[in-house]
Amino acid sequence: MSEISFIFDDNICKGQQGEPMAAALLRSGLLSITNSTYHSRPRGVIGLGVEEPNALVQLVSGTQESMRPATIIEVAEGLNARSLTGIGALPELPDEARYDKTNRYVDTLVIGAGVAGLKAADKAIQAGYQVLLIDDQPGPGGHLRHLGTGLPVALRDVLTNNKLTYVPRCTAVGLYDQNYIVAVERRSDHLGGAAPAGRARIRVWHIRTDRVVLAPGAFQRPLIFANNDRPGIMLSHAAATYVAIHGVQIFKRAVVVTVDNQGHRDALRLHQAGVPVQAIYDVRPAAGGASVDAAKAAGIPIRFRTTILDTVSNEEGTLQSVIIQDLDTNEIVETTADLLAVSGGWTPIADLATHIGIKPKWSEEHAAFLVHHGTDQLQTAGMLAGDFGGDDDPAVFFGPALDDEQARHAYIDLQRDATLHELRRAVGAGLHSIEHIKRYTTIGTSHDQGKTSGMLTIGALCQLNINSQGGNSGLSPADVGTLSFRPPYVPVPFAALAGRERGPLSDPIRITPVHQWHVEAGAIFEDVGQWKRPWYFPKQGESMEDAVRRECMAAREGVAVMDASTLGKIDIQGPDAAVFLDRIYTNMFSTLPEGQCRYGLMCKADGIAFDDGVTTRLGKNHFLMTTTTGGAAGVLAWLEEWLQTEWPDLKVYCTSVTEHISTIALVGPNSRQLLQELVKDIDLSKTAFPFMHSRMATIDDIRVRIARISFSGELAFEINVAWGHARYIWERLWTLGRPYDLTAYGTETMHVLRAEKGYIIIGQDTDGTQTPYDLNMSWVVSKKKEFIGKRSFRLPYLQATARPQLVGLLPENGEEVIPEGAYITELNAHPDEHGKTSHTGFVTSSYYSPTLGRAFALALVADGLNRMGEEVAVPIGKKVLHATICDSVFIDKENIRRD
Amino acid sequence: MLYIPCPHCGLRNETEFHYGAEAGVAYPDPNALADSEWAKYLHIRANPKGWLAERWVHFAGCGRWFNLWRNTVTHEIGPAYLPFTEQPKAPGNIGQEGPKA
Ligand SMILES: [Zn+2]
Repeated sequence: MSEISFIFDDNICKGQQGEPMAAALLRSGLLSITNSTYHSRPRGVIGLGVEEPNALVQLVSGTQESMRPATIIEVAEGLNARSLTGIGALPELPDEARYDKTNRYVDTLVIGAGVAGLKAADKAIQAGYQVLLIDDQPGPGGHLRHLGTGLPVALRDVLTNNKLTYVPRCTAVGLYDQNYIVAVERRSDHLGGAAPAGRARIRVWHIRTDRVVLAPGAFQRPLIFANNDRPGIMLSHAAATYVAIHGVQIFKRAVVVTVDNQGHRDALRLHQAGVPVQAIYDVRPAAGGASVDAAKAAGIPIRFRTTILDTVSNEEGTLQSVIIQDLDTNEIVETTADLLAVSGGWTPIADLATHIGIKPKWSEEHAAFLVHHGTDQLQTAGMLAGDFGGDDDPAVFFGPALDDEQARHAYIDLQRDATLHELRRAVGAGLHSIEHIKRYTTIGTSHDQGKTSGMLTIGALCQLNINSQGGNSGLSPADVGTLSFRPPYVPVPFAALAGRERGPLSDPIRITPVHQWHVEAGAIFEDVGQWKRPWYFPKQGESMEDAVRRECMAAREGVAVMDASTLGKIDIQGPDAAVFLDRIYTNMFSTLPEGQCRYGLMCKADGIAFDDGVTTRLGKNHFLMTTTTGGAAGVLAWLEEWLQTEWPDLKVYCTSVTEHISTIALVGPNSRQLLQELVKDIDLSKTAFPFMHSRMATIDDIRVRIARISFSGELAFEINVAWGHARYIWERLWTLGRPYDLTAYGTETMHVLRAEKGYIIIGQDTDGTQTPYDLNMSWVVSKKKEFIGKRSFRLPYLQATARPQLVGLLPENGEEVIPEGAYITELNAHPDEHGKTSHTGFVTSSYYSPTLGRAFALALVADGLNRMGEEVAVPIGKKVLHATICDSVFIDKENIRRD
Repeated sequence: MLYIPCPHCGLRNETEFHYGAEAGVAYPDPNALADSEWAKYLHIRANPKGWLAERWVHFAGCGRWFNLWRNTVTHEIGPAYLPFTEQPKAPGNIGQEGPKA
């Protein structure tokens, strides 16, 4: 250990490397660290670890993490921190630290490296198991570290056994089903500037284990009395440790108030470390045991059947004297003290056990909730299992009876500034359940999640009941029940959970083989699922609107090209493939001749359309299905589910080939002429190669499959080619296309073109409640065969009139593009008494059409198919637009252009 | 996180699986059912407290569907079995439906 300097609130402080920052601050005389959040009362350190509710700081150094208790920050070179009044602030700079995660399987996991945990680890090793031992402290030994005594030799040997992996500073934050544990290891903050470059600051451990031993230890409880929050009032175990181990020499006169022998032990430690203890006030009628005898022998006065009622502060607001009450005579005395060490009993840390639904049981003998659990999979050990060390006889006592005025300053949750008064008000308001009271009073909802306040609340509730019943009604904490804790046990930075999956690594990025060309051509991209798709290709100085108009006109009047490689593609083979597709699609596929394509729509069993696309019959038993870009995985899963779980007799195999086959769409009146320049081995003429046919062909030496499919209504060819050849084909087209003014277009133009033809996009023009009939697509529903969803069309609610139906919409003002998602109301609709106007539908797709020279839209409108030519209103903010319902096909209703 | 025994791949984390609700609800002959019976097939599945045979699919692994006994209260995992094979005995009392509204 070496002395180093660190900065707190802009002052230079001295501390020992690795000691808790709270110890160094106390040693420097800083008793009052901050003001409380709501009542602005001075507050100081009260605890030793993560249970600390007062001494929260914000790191200025490193990651600027907020809301860290000074009791668990280790003093290190370069440490700089600032006090907080309860509410932290997000750092302004991005967190540049590194975070990672690890997955582990281990025979036995022991949580807690105190004496009980080390013994459990030893036992598991002796039984032949590999053991992982994790502990949130910087070193092993648990409470022995606070006592400054080393580990017994036998336990020291456990740590060096090669069957054991020991990880310090590693806090188990969640226990989940089947022994799945998440733990958070802090790896570099304690090294300060000496941390190796590139070391992960925090590592999240995902552990699966056959056996877990919970040996988490316990928190000491405070007591409820008036003005119990003054700096100078500490948990006795913390006070004794700061004084005896960390050399805090700022206290002149101590008073100890206790309900158990721990107070006597800590009084003796204070006394031996040179802090005069005025007296030990013990609520019990009498107590024995080695610790009581030792305190007595050291000359410390012990007063039984007494406790603390109130405290008095000096001008700085720190402790000056304590008011002691005799519980038999109610006599009151005031004693001067600058340290009040309180021992309210122990609360074993039951958090992890309750994460998986284990209910702790109240033990009157221990004055604590315990978890006795012993299965092959999960055991508890140490204080959680009731092993308090023998020499004790704690009282069940949470504080004296207080009047209303005292209750206003008797704090239960120091972070929330929640008092006994507020708890009484909650009960007075009729709340009984501790879970309701927690939410009403906010007790236990702060940073520390009730680590010290939870048990105090339970105790106060017992006491309230006793008082209101006018005597001891016998309500015990067992009747009140415990709070259930939820993960995480301590706050975990989001950065740690994110690990390295941040920024570009937060989600996989899928790109097409032509992607780099798009980048070089200056495409603006849009995310479609994980795919990056060109949205539009602006030329120098062009707005999006300009670019889309130019791209649209090229497709309608010249020739344009789009990378459609992201289309979902499923290869379907087997003797029953045609039968299978007949069941999946609403329309017939068994009649489709080889070498031809057909549009297909599929519904779920409830009759709702869920995906569509063109499927090509490549052979008698071989089909290539295309799906929407976003629906590919879901459709494949759907096909597999039916094949595996309902129709195992069908011999059909489905394989995703989305990334095997790239698709390039060549669109426009000049597309045939351009493509024929490249394709010499087949005739692309209208008669030789009809619409919805598919042919193998050769481009240079590359085999391609060309299909006459059109998603724009124009003459169009889809060139399907092995993924790796796509860029070559694309560039060949591009070079040859120069005289044709070949134009690359993106998804926005694709949307405009398809909407002009009334082609739907499932998920955009549907909201998950449309049947094919609602979409005006009865032509795609076969009357001749069964298919998934057909039965549902007869259900009354799908037959009902006034269902939303897909129609076209022409805004009165042709220059005004209605925002997508806008609500549609009747012309005469008026707000009701609540100011709400009922809507009759909404706009699903809306664009400006350069071909039509005006804005147009698709919309779902109640009974829309029977309302052609009617006018409706579209309120946009304070403005009300008017629009006319029309057919959803806006151009070329006769389908002449596609040939 | 549940630890689920895929019959093909062994024990894997729950995040590799998708849930498929109650097992053993066969696709009926749609035309043999009245509207109410068809609606029941579409929308109603057992969701009892206790042991329930469920469908799961190992979507991020082998992609296969299978059935699994699971306790909906304690989250205990029972035996897994393949579709169209004999159902193993429930590991405990089969869960009871809650009171009907
Ligand atoms: Zn599997």
